[in-house]
Amino acid sequence: MPSPPAALLAVGAPRPAAKRQRSGPYTGVPRVRVEVEAGPGDDGELLAARLRLLEGFVGRSELADCATFALQWLGEVLGLAQSICLVRPADEASLFVIGTYGLAGSAVSRFSVSLEDWGNPLVTAFANRKEFFFPAPHSAADRRRRPATPFEDSPFQVLPLGVSGFSEDAFGLLLLGGSAAFRQELHWFTNVFSQKLDQILRQQTLADGDRKQGRERALLYNIINAVTDPILLTDAEGRLLIANARALTLFTASEEESEGRRGAVRMNNMLLSSALSSKAIEETGATRRELLLVNPVDGSDLVFELLSTVTEDARQGSGVVSILRNVTDLRRASEEIEDNYRKMRIAEVQARAESDRLNLIIDSVADPIVVTDAAGATSMMNEPAERLFTIPLHASEIEQRWVQNNDAHFSSFIAGMLVSADQRRVGEIGLSDPKTGEAMPVEAIAGKILSEHGELTAVVTILHDRREAIEKALLYEQLKQASDELERKIQAATADIAQQNELLRRQAIELEQASALKSQFLANMSHEFRTPLNAMLGYTSMLLQGVAGECEPPVKRQLGRIESNGRHLLTIINEILDISRIEAGRMPLQLSTFRIPELVSEVKSELEPIIMRSKLTVTLHLPKDLVPISSDRQKVKQIILNLLSNSLKFTHHGGIVIAAKRNAKERTVTLSVADTGIGIASADQDRIFEDFRQLDNGPTRAYGGTGLGLSICRRLAQMLGGRISVQSQVGKGSTFFLTLPTKGRK
Amino acid sequence: MTTTKSPRPRVLLVDDYPDAREMYSEYLEFSGFDVVEAGNGMEALQRAVDTAPDIILMDLSLPVMDGWEATRRLKADQRTKEIPVVALTGHALAGISEGAKQAGCDAFVTKPCLPEDLVREIRKILDRPSSSSTAKARRSGKHAKTS
Repeated sequence: MPSPPAALLAVGAPRPAAKRQRSGPYTGVPRVRVEVEAGPGDDGELLAARLRLLEGFVGRSELADCATFALQWLGEVLGLAQSICLVRPADEASLFVIGTYGLAGSAVSRFSVSLEDWGNPLVTAFANRKEFFFPAPHSAADRRRRPATPFEDSPFQVLPLGVSGFSEDAFGLLLLGGSAAFRQELHWFTNVFSQKLDQILRQQTLADGDRKQGRERALLYNIINAVTDPILLTDAEGRLLIANARALTLFTASEEESEGRRGAVRMNNMLLSSALSSKAIEETGATRRELLLVNPVDGSDLVFELLSTVTEDARQGSGVVSILRNVTDLRRASEEIEDNYRKMRIAEVQARAESDRLNLIIDSVADPIVVTDAAGATSMMNEPAERLFTIPLHASEIEQRWVQNNDAHFSSFIAGMLVSADQRRVGEIGLSDPKTGEAMPVEAIAGKILSEHGELTAVVTILHDRREAIEKALLYEQLKQASDELERKIQAATADIAQQNELLRRQAIELEQASALKSQFLANMSHEFRTPLNAMLGYTSMLLQGVAGECEPPVKRQLGRIESNGRHLLTIINEILDISRIEAGRMPLQLSTFRIPELVSEVKSELEPIIMRSKLTVTLHLPKDLVPISSDRQKVKQIILNLLSNSLKFTHHGGIVIAAKRNAKERTVTLSVADTGIGIASADQDRIFEDFRQLDNGPTRAYGGTGLGLSICRRLAQMLGGRISVQSQVGKGSTFFLTLPTKGRK
Repeated sequence: MTTTKSPRPRVLLVDDYPDAREMYSEYLEFSGFDVVEAGNGMEALQRAVDTAPDIILMDLSLPVMDGWEATRRLKADQRTKEIPVVALTGHALAGISEGAKQAGCDAFVTKPCLPEDLVREIRKILDRPSSSSTAKARRSGKHAKTS
């Protein structure tokens, strides 16, 4: 027992106003003051008992040991045969038995009091620090009011255990069997016992806390050191109080470190101080800011994010906890991300512009265009496609169905395209016009768009309304049929015409042959006619000449008749021959240059005998300076001869005038033979130039002739490049005009 | 009308039509010519060589040998080539006179031709200084042609 008695003596009445400093530092010396008072009974004996108790307490530091000792003391000194001591351990909501006296068995060992059992009078006693006495019960109601204790129906009193002062809670209860007695002694006892228990409890708590604190501190240091980010605690003046391992490498350097490293550390300390001393920390309490430090190991730049928090501590004043997070890589990554983001934005803007332009182009296409993704979902379509595949507002039920059908058809086409290996596909889809429901066959041209890696990214489909084309094809087909029909008809007609042409050609050949035969026949006939005529005329001439002796005058007259008729016959035969030769193209031209007046005089002199007989005057009006013409003299002469003969034949009185006139502009010369004869009716004036035409065609013709003369004249004039015409009045006379070119043609 | 033999020019008259031949022959005799007759080309060649006529009147359409062939042979023969040949034909179609000229005829007379006209034609040829030269075109009747 080494405790100084003074100390024990100092233990006296509690100082109710004194507040105990629970959070004060543990000094290791229990501050227990016990006031040793004189109790009832034998003072000397009592004092000795009290001292015994106090001495017993000194050596005991265990709760149970102390309690057992104390209760034993009660039983021995005060005669309390049964007693129980309960204490509430820290952080427990129940009172547990720590010592008993005079009681045994399971009833004691199991006994405890739950502090949450508010109806238990023991709890009331504990919570309110009140003493209770429970006498032996007289009734069931009394028994119900009693708490269940190992004392059962025996009377017992309850004393709360706790240090002095009302502000202190109780920490235990003392249950004492028997009637209430020795109040004064018990008061002293509970006071001393409580102080002892409190001391033990407190020591236990402190020891526990001490160990725990040491462990926790070590753990904390380990944790802090394990953190790769530097962590610092600085005081209000910026002095370093605590630093973890990482922080130490940045902010501390020993004397044996290199100068460069120490310089770097100094620099870092300066940078940190300036960062922490800035007002921002004080104002906001916790801040994030960037701090640029130097890596003392290799001198490289390190970027840290400085997170500072001001801590308030009543004992140690305010400090600043700083956590530095190395964001060098983060910063670089962030810069890179920012750069990438910027690039992406630019690309996005470009892509959007591209996309806008594409949309504009696609929308401007009249044919529907649909872009489908690899899953077959429509990712884009132009306006014409929207009309086909999206249900318009206020669409009727049937219109909706048309559009849905279109969508279904198109989807099945795309599905087919997606499963096939074809890069391109052209097909026809039977859609409906979303407005009218009319069948609308479209030609669909779909192409797959592949990524660089050959993955299908989209399918672009262009639809082309085939209705117009089909209609055109139909019209074309009809047109073609009509055209074919027409062609067939034309061919048939052409064949017909060709056949007719062939027929006509053959007929023409036959006619030509017949005409040639006719001409040949006529030529031959004229020859055959002339041979006997030659003999007849020859002999007649000889008879008239008296070759075989002179004839009597009547015979001569008769021979003259034979001769003149023979000559007439010869003329007829010659004319027929001329016509034949002209028709057979066997009348060649013999061009020469000659003078018209000479030719006319020649004709006139040849016809002089006839002129003399007719007693008509034939007058010539021929300019002397008339240009010579180039033509076939023989044929011109034949024409003039014929014209003059005709005039002489059809004129009975009056005269005949032959005139010539030149038309320099037309380069022609016109010769006219005008008579005062019987004339020709205007209706007949054209007909007189036809073959074998003599106007008086009756059996009793007044005038002889074959009627071939004018026909021959007209043909000859045409051969010579000229023409022949007539002006006439019946009864007054006729004028025939022969117009010839001054330069004849071959 | 002379009776002396030497001054009478000799005419070889070739014609297959007897009436015409006799008529011209009678008139030529009457007009003072010595007439030798032939009925075809072959005969004409023989007579021309045998009788050496002053002039030959040659009808072109003849049996056995036609007038064109006969004329060619006469003109090819040294003995007869100097004798003028007058073609005499009833054929008046174009080309006949041309063919006659190519064959070597000196003149061309178209029938019908009155006897006196024929005589006039003969005299004209015979009166020319060079009896063998090509005769100048002279019309005999309306259709007579020479070239």
